[in-house]
Amino acid sequence: MNDISIVLCGEAGQGIQTVEQLFTKIGIKSGFNIFSTKEYMSRVRGGSNSTQLRISNEPVSAYIHRIDILIPLSTDAMNHLGDRISKNTIIIGEKKNIKNQKTHTVIQIPFSEYAIEIGGLVFANTIAVGLLSALCKIDKNIMTTQVEHFFSKKKKALVQNNIIAIKKGYDIGNDLVKKGKIHTTISVPKKQHDTITLNGTQAIGLGALAGGCNFISSYPMSPSTGVLSFLSRQSNTVDMIVEQAEDEIAAINMVLGAWYAGARAMVTTSGGGYALMAEGVSLAGMIESPLVIHLAQRPGPATGLPTRTEQADLELALYSSHGEFPRIIFAPGNLQDGVYLTQKAFNLADKYQVPVYILTDQYFVDSYYNIPGISLEGISNTPYVAKTKKNYHRYELTKNGISPRGIPGYGNGLVCVDSDEHDEEGRITESGKIRTEMVDKRLKKLKEITMEIIPPTLLGNKQYHTLIIGWGSTYHIIKEAVEKIRNKNISFLHFNQVYPLHKDTISYLKKAEKTIIFENNATAQFSKLIKLHTGYEIEHNILQYNGLPFSVETVEKHIKNLIKEEK
Amino acid sequence: MDEKDYGVGPIDIAWCPGCGNYAILNTLKQALAELTIPPQQLVMVSGIGQAAKIPQYFKTHYFNGLHGRALPVATGIKAANPNLLVIAESGDGDMYGEGGNHFIHTIRRNPDITNIIHNNMVYGLTKGQASPTSPIGFKTPLQINGVSLTPFNPVSIAIALDASFVARIFAGDIKESTKIIKKAILHKGYALVDIFQPCITFNKINTYDWFKEHTYYLNKKYDETNRIEAFQKSIEQEQFPLGIFYVNKHKKTFEQTCNIYKQQKKPLYKRQCNMDNIMKLMSTYK
Repeated sequence: MNDISIVLCGEAGQGIQTVEQLFTKIGIKSGFNIFSTKEYMSRVRGGSNSTQLRISNEPVSAYIHRIDILIPLSTDAMNHLGDRISKNTIIIGEKKNIKNQKTHTVIQIPFSEYAIEIGGLVFANTIAVGLLSALCKIDKNIMTTQVEHFFSKKKKALVQNNIIAIKKGYDIGNDLVKKGKIHTTISVPKKQHDTITLNGTQAIGLGALAGGCNFISSYPMSPSTGVLSFLSRQSNTVDMIVEQAEDEIAAINMVLGAWYAGARAMVTTSGGGYALMAEGVSLAGMIESPLVIHLAQRPGPATGLPTRTEQADLELALYSSHGEFPRIIFAPGNLQDGVYLTQKAFNLADKYQVPVYILTDQYFVDSYYNIPGISLEGISNTPYVAKTKKNYHRYELTKNGISPRGIPGYGNGLVCVDSDEHDEEGRITESGKIRTEMVDKRLKKLKEITMEIIPPTLLGNKQYHTLIIGWGSTYHIIKEAVEKIRNKNISFLHFNQVYPLHKDTISYLKKAEKTIIFENNATAQFSKLIKLHTGYEIEHNILQYNGLPFSVETVEKHIKNLIKEEK
Repeated sequence: MDEKDYGVGPIDIAWCPGCGNYAILNTLKQALAELTIPPQQLVMVSGIGQAAKIPQYFKTHYFNGLHGRALPVATGIKAANPNLLVIAESGDGDMYGEGGNHFIHTIRRNPDITNIIHNNMVYGLTKGQASPTSPIGFKTPLQINGVSLTPFNPVSIAIALDASFVARIFAGDIKESTKIIKKAILHKGYALVDIFQPCITFNKINTYDWFKEHTYYLNKKYDETNRIEAFQKSIEQEQFPLGIFYVNKHKKTFEQTCNIYKQQKKPLYKRQCNMDNIMKLMSTYK
């Protein structure tokens, strides 16, 4: 195997994240590609959480079901992972955490005992990282240097003990390889790569900065909070106001106030929090304020599964908020999308004076992988704010529905915005004639927006028999599955803008004999949206709503089955 | 300057003839004129209700937003451009009912804004239901046996939260009210001005005469920096004190705590995003 799937499973608070971060650093510095993703319970201690680490010579960026090496850190770990453990899975760990010793390939390592010898249980995870490094034939010096870096802010003695621990683990691993107990064909890549390793949260945060975002107000809610913390961490070095609001209603209204006075502002939230913001979104529609919303989906209704993933808030984003007004919805498929689309969101919001959504999910925001550096060359932010003149009218009727947007304090005009229906000046009116003009004006902007919709991406041949369709975070999962199937008659169409839909959508669909869509929801929301706007009914809706992302294998299996049926 | 500088010309005003709102509108314009605040520097933020219509009758920038949400909007405006003078003005239902949570947390946050509340103890726009400040026993078409909820006491709550400026005035006394509103506007930090205001249509109890008989001004010796005394005054119920209850000049404003204003005062719209810095940040993920 040249692509190893390592899974660590244990209780919350056992330090799985430290293993994930440290091993990722070591792997990347050694020239490997790494993908990691986690599934975790909504609790601070206990339970069963697991993290997958894929290490490979080739780029890896998707969740797989398969486990090659499992390190169970708790007695419930193997139970929790269930059928993901196969007869090929090698289980490395302490005796008490391993069940069915006879039916699996088991390597018992008394991690705790060794750790205590070194100075405490905390070193057990570092020993495990050392062992994994040896199995991947990583250079010992690169490994120890990374440990020094990783713990550099800790006390000297602690750094030393971690180095002892990682070396201990490395020696154990080396011994296992030498004795032929574990055989891995993975080899350290000869060429070093120049990549950056991000997760979805960081991509969205970087995109926001690149889009000129200088104000964020939100209320913490998994899995969207990361973006708020990310921007907060930058706020001592870049122009950025970060405020934790008392509730989501305050958050969105603060953000609208900030846009009104010249900021570029955003909110980050998840389903329930977004539901509270809905009236504010409607306000943005009425006063024609730009607005950027990062909506990180998790399973609902209500509190649902707070730490898990789903794609079930597309309709919420699209149809929420009373009244009729245009909006734009992006659904990034990969980290590059996360950066570029978020940057674009600020400019489109500003240009068209509408809400723009970045629709992600727990799987997207929590997954890390390395990608070639993202260039911001040639990327700029257009200043859309207009300097006002004395007789300025905020809602001046124009051909395309877009009125120059002034802000108070820039120019001699007065900027009057009103949540009531208003005339061109911004003052309340109940005139039916003006009402009709203003509704038309606001909706006209959608026509303009339609001119710059991002087309879907087609992967595979331009001529195909079967077309697989996906949107948002499933991009890499479906891509890998389709590539594995290696059938030139199957292509994959991915949408990273889900509303409005690109005009070419229908021609892509009509070309196919068979169409299959994968969605992480129970009612095929995007499939329905496609039907609504194109009249085309996708033949197979493959839906998963157990709170987990699709695995590459699941997608592969479904496609193969559906092709087989035909034969 | 005089109050005509904020006039919008002939306009159909939606308030009842004789409403306390007219007096408040004139008082505020008078105070702003005396402070020579140009309309281009002033932003009036309001929610929904009869009082919240005040920006419509003002020549200035305004943001007439959602019911109860004037304070977060005002906070966002002031933070994005601290050079603007921001007044959040609405009624008791809007600020203390629908927006009650924002009222509490805006006091904690302490943005440099003035919060003016027309407190007539009744809902006007929806025609006469109880408001958070309606007295116990107050009968309405909805509270047919009289209000049973304890009235909301904004002054006590503000003092309890160590608000930086807390005042109550009476709409019927333009002269004193103008003085106090001017002080509230000049105050650095969140300033609450609760205004006793008669509703001649829906509140037949708290009338002009009633307010005159049931209020008195805090005397000149009163120490407005004494929080405990301020709290005591705020819970007086037979005779309601008017004036400035409490001032805390030692609190930092929200804008002062924003890191970006520590180096330079430039409002956000004048700042450019630096792509090189973002590229540098990106390279730290190597």
